Amino acid sequence: MSKLDLTLKVWRQKDANSPGKFEIYLARGIDEDASFLEMLDVINEELTQKGQDPIAFDHDCREGICGTCGAVVNGRAHGPLKTTTLCQLHMRHFKNNDTIVIEPFRSRAIPVVRDLVIDRSAFDRVIAAGGYISVRTGSAPEANSMLVPKQDSEKGFDSAQCIGCAACVAACPNASAMLFVSAKISHLAVLPQGQPERLKRVVKMVHAMDKEGFGNCSNEYECEAACPKGIKVANINLMNRDFFKANLTT
Amino acid sequence: MPVLDAKIPEGPLEEKWSNYKFKSKLVNPTNRRKHTIIVVGTGLAGSAAAATLAEQGYQVKAFTMHDSPRRAHSIAAQGGINAAKNYCNDGDSVRRLFYDTIKGGDFRSREANVHRLAEISANIIDQCVAQGVPFAREYSGYLENRSFGGTQVSRTFYAKGQTGQQLLLGAYSALMKEVDNGNVTLYTRREMVDLVVIDGIARGIIVRNEITGKIESYAADAVLLATGGYTNVFFLSTNAMGCNVTAAWRAHKKGALFANPCYTQIHPTCIPVHGEYQSKLTLMSESLRNDGRVWVPKVKEDRRPPHLIPEAERDYFLERKYPSFGNLVPRDLASRNVKEQCDQGKGLGSTGFAVCLDFSESIKRLGADVIRSRYENLFEMYEKITGSDPYKEPMLIYPAPHYAMGGLWVDYDLMSTVPGLFVLGEANFSDHGANRLGASALMQGLADGYFVIPSTLPNYIAGSSLSQVTTDHPAFKQAEEDASKKIKQLLGIKGKKTVDAFHRELGLLLWDKCGMARNEEGLTEALKKIPEIRQEFWENVTVSGSEGELNQTLERAGRVADFLEFGELMVQDALHRRESCGGHFREECQTPDGEAARNDDQFCYVGAWGFNGVDAAPTLHKEPLTFESVPLTQRSYR
Ligand SMILES: Cc1cc2nc3c(=O)[nH]c(=O)nc-3n(C[C@H](O)[C@H](O)[C@H](O)COP(=O)(O)OP(=O)(O)OC[C@H]3O[C@@H](n4cnc5c(N)ncnc54)[C@H](O)[C@@H]3O)c2cc1C
Ligand code: FES
Repeated sequence: MSKLDLTLKVWRQKDANSPGKFEIYLARGIDEDASFLEMLDVINEELTQKGQDPIAFDHDCREGICGTCGAVVNGRAHGPLKTTTLCQLHMRHFKNNDTIVIEPFRSRAIPVVRDLVIDRSAFDRVIAAGGYISVRTGSAPEANSMLVPKQDSEKGFDSAQCIGCAACVAACPNASAMLFVSAKISHLAVLPQGQPERLKRVVKMVHAMDKEGFGNCSNEYECEAACPKGIKVANINLMNRDFFKANLTT
Repeated sequence: MPVLDAKIPEGPLEEKWSNYKFKSKLVNPTNRRKHTIIVVGTGLAGSAAAATLAEQGYQVKAFTMHDSPRRAHSIAAQGGINAAKNYCNDGDSVRRLFYDTIKGGDFRSREANVHRLAEISANIIDQCVAQGVPFAREYSGYLENRSFGGTQVSRTFYAKGQTGQQLLLGAYSALMKEVDNGNVTLYTRREMVDLVVIDGIARGIIVRNEITGKIESYAADAVLLATGGYTNVFFLSTNAMGCNVTAAWRAHKKGALFANPCYTQIHPTCIPVHGEYQSKLTLMSESLRNDGRVWVPKVKEDRRPPHLIPEAERDYFLERKYPSFGNLVPRDLASRNVKEQCDQGKGLGSTGFAVCLDFSESIKRLGADVIRSRYENLFEMYEKITGSDPYKEPMLIYPAPHYAMGGLWVDYDLMSTVPGLFVLGEANFSDHGANRLGASALMQGLADGYFVIPSTLPNYIAGSSLSQVTTDHPAFKQAEEDASKKIKQLLGIKGKKTVDAFHRELGLLLWDKCGMARNEEGLTEALKKIPEIRQEFWENVTVSGSEGELNQTLERAGRVADFLEFGELMVQDALHRRESCGGHFREECQTPDGEAARNDDQFCYVGAWGFNGVDAAPTLHKEPLTFESVPLTQRSYR
């Protein structure tokens, strides 16, 4: 098992209102089988022991599914590996003596809270605006009474996999949240259950998204490249079509 | 010894739930909005409960320590959710799901609750499909099923290896719909640090705002805890890093009894421990045992790479010992057998603590594409973590702490021993006895949230005359002060050892003495050591930063402080239960062929502990378990 010595340049910012700056830390003897977050744990243990403030970063499942973790690593959201969250990135993908620059996902609509921690509550507000099927508990019909073609169900699943991490926003030069929003819209739009509210949903969610201050899409495809779940830009096309249709019919 | 009354409704088992619903008191729709209900936790249980109660018209305040309700640990559940739909026409029924769960739990759960769970199971699937949960389907468009451990039918619904994610996003969407409707107020990044009890009744909570550090009070007519399980007491577990016992433990200190804390589930198939720096263990879903075969080399100390060990020299020990269930025996049995093989020196991998989970035969039979469509994300996750490709080489797996069957004691209404405090999901002890079957936790969380609490909570509200209470009440002020004091104390120690170091020390001790196998000597030793670690913690822990800011070390310190108290209760419970049952395996109590030997004469009860002070002995209360519908027998999966 080989060990790595690394130089880390980490964004430190006390809170939303304080200015931030990069600090340099030396990471010595990091096991190449450790995950990126475990490497940060090691640094934080050392900082704590020296009586300094550890680097604040959000994380929870460490399995790539909760969407809590995330940082820009060497200029890329979630780091260099495709379809991989930061918590699933392992140190064997770095080389001895590498310098690693670590900074938070940045965008006006998802401001920094502290160090690498950001405020993604805008995402919740966009979902609250219409990212659901309005079914009351208890009113559902027998599950097999509505058949869903396998390919539709799988398509829905592919979009529904979004973990809401905001890497797409961080990667987009316009700070657009369109990949996130369109993933939810497509998930529900390809399923029969989602049809009754389909057009109303897209209008409400797009308006909520604009209100939060996210930017527009100019087809850069950076979001797709950064998405740890491989969500496709095709979702945005579907959203735009539905939005257009909704505006025609109302 | 105090005896607990679970308030099980009258009548035959099959009619209890409908009798209950018919007899229970109701709250008039226009009166509902006069009642505020606090829901702590937004996992499957909490989100489902908050959304449904809001739909009924109650004013709901929902709290989560996460930045969004969708981050709850339920999101990580992989394999599936059970329901007695009998879509496969293979002999399933409510009765069979009930029976499998009782037997799987090794006859240590409450019949009436388990039957209700089985009855409700089918409605859950209907509800989730209506919300748009993209379950796996056949080409015909019908829902598909697979098998899980401890059963001989296929009743598990799934969405690849991401079932929990899809179910939670469904419940989250229902919750956000009610946020939009103005019936739910959402409080994120709030950690519950105390329960407020006034005149013996739960009337509110104290939380710490994780961003500002402010201590905040909220009052309500009832408090629902859906704060998940405590398996992180072992430090390394399959749970998310933030999972904790804090909310439940602090409620326990305010009077809620803690039931069966020693019933913890060690899951057989997890990626083995590989280094000192390791922060958590990763589950490889039980569903993999549908197509993966578990084996070790026939001879000891065979350290060849697994793919170089020829077929004739492999021992498929689960298939050999349990021919009727094969690789799909329940988790407790599978884990113990894996441990036994490794203890005999037949383990593989760099540490010798791993066995093979091998897909080569299934890939040959079904093709890699079929296997990919079933388990893609799991195989990817395995490769990312270990750097080895499970399509080509067998997975190496070993058991790891996974699930808490124990939890706060609740009666049939899901109410704890503190009136007005209800407990849902993994946080309660109710349905899984001494061992939970796979795909049953998601079912229970959603049953509690969507269907049980919306029927039982109104009965409580309508039947109580609750006085007006505001957060100006002295009980709130006192609890706020206590919370601040505790935080200041943690920050003031300024010792030399980190929070994680203490957590690791406690976890290793518990894994060693109170893990897959337990005995009197080890448990007694642990009981001596835990108070010592706890004392050192309060003298020598270092928590940097201050209280009025985002301080993740402080958050963890509070949780570890609670684990250090709770861990002792867990060991006490394990020591008192001189029998083996399910996940609680006392080495002194085995059958001649090494299976768990229950002692029904002395231990056929739920052990619920009352708090008497941190260093004082707890009081044991008993809820006797009676089995009217299923005869008490020795479990057999052979
Ligand atoms: C890796 C993994 C895979 C699994 N796979 C399956 C499966 O396939 N099938 C199955 O049936 N079960 C599975 N389980 C078990 C199942 O996922 C859990 O038991 C279940 O999801 C628990 O749901 P819950 O709602 O009770 O709690 P959780 O989902 O854990 O939610 C807890 C909530 O409480 C909040 N909270 C906790 N403490 C506090 C506090 N002090 N203050 C404020 N908020 C707090 C959290 O923020 C969160 O919102 C799996 C478990 C794991 C670990
Ligand atoms: S910590 Fe959950 S996705 Fe990374």
